[in-house]
Amino acid sequence: MKNEMELTFDAISNNESFARMAVAAFVSTLNPTLEELADIKTAVSEAVTNAIIHGYENICGYGKYGEVRPCFWPVNQGKVQLNCLLCEGVLHIEVKDEGKGIEDIAQAMEPLYTTKPQLNRSGMGFAFMEAFMDELEVESAPGKGTTVRMKKKIGTGAWIGSEE
Amino acid sequence: MEDFQIIDNCLMVKLPVEVDHHRASYICERADKYLLEENVEHVVFDFEDTRFMDSSGIGIIMGRYKKIACFGGKVYAIHADRQIQRILTISGLTKIVEVLA
Repeated sequence: MKNEMELTFDAISNNESFARMAVAAFVSTLNPTLEELADIKTAVSEAVTNAIIHGYENICGYGKYGEVRPCFWPVNQGKVQLNCLLCEGVLHIEVKDEGKGIEDIAQAMEPLYTTKPQLNRSGMGFAFMEAFMDELEVESAPGKGTTVRMKKKIGTGAWIGSEE
Repeated sequence: MEDFQIIDNCLMVKLPVEVDHHRASYICERADKYLLEENVEHVVFDFEDTRFMDSSGIGIIMGRYKKIACFGGKVYAIHADRQIQRILTISGLTKIVEVLA
């Protein structure tokens, strides 16, 4: 079985929940466990949030009445592309932006490293993607945007990191 | 919706259903206002309604911890479900946050 989907949306924080819900709904045909779904949603959320706040530097989103919230920084124009492919029980996710790109990918992927500590960013984004997905690949160059590719096998029911 | 309450010297932060970057900025902003204006020693994060959290939630907790730890304050997490506990464990936050059932 092969099933593909493509989504393009504005790089604003309001779309973070939309993106992870869309992937969760897309993958539901494979009958994933609740744990697998939670893992996928977290990983997608991390990748999309990175594209929005680091790629396009959109710190603010829109509030209930369409106003810029919570601060009054300009909202930059840009699109995030989210492609998914289901093939042989494996979910492939690609999150692509045409933002400012990453200079040092290895450093960016270090746990707790963040370029925006003043915005209460934890620096755990890539660490979470690595922990919750089976494979992670990052392609980026300054000024050229960033592409994050992730893979996860669905239906293994593994509960990685469970220490109960 | 997030909700804030001061009980004795604790700030109780009830987190929303989904804690992501979009909601996190509101929560940080309001929590900091309470930390600044009220006599708060400890912060308690209540995950009772929370079904989803990503690294933005870790950022909220870490940021508040840094603000109160130097005055001897502690951070607690209550009502965290399995998934939230897992995220707290993977991020290493369980070393600075006391997770209560």
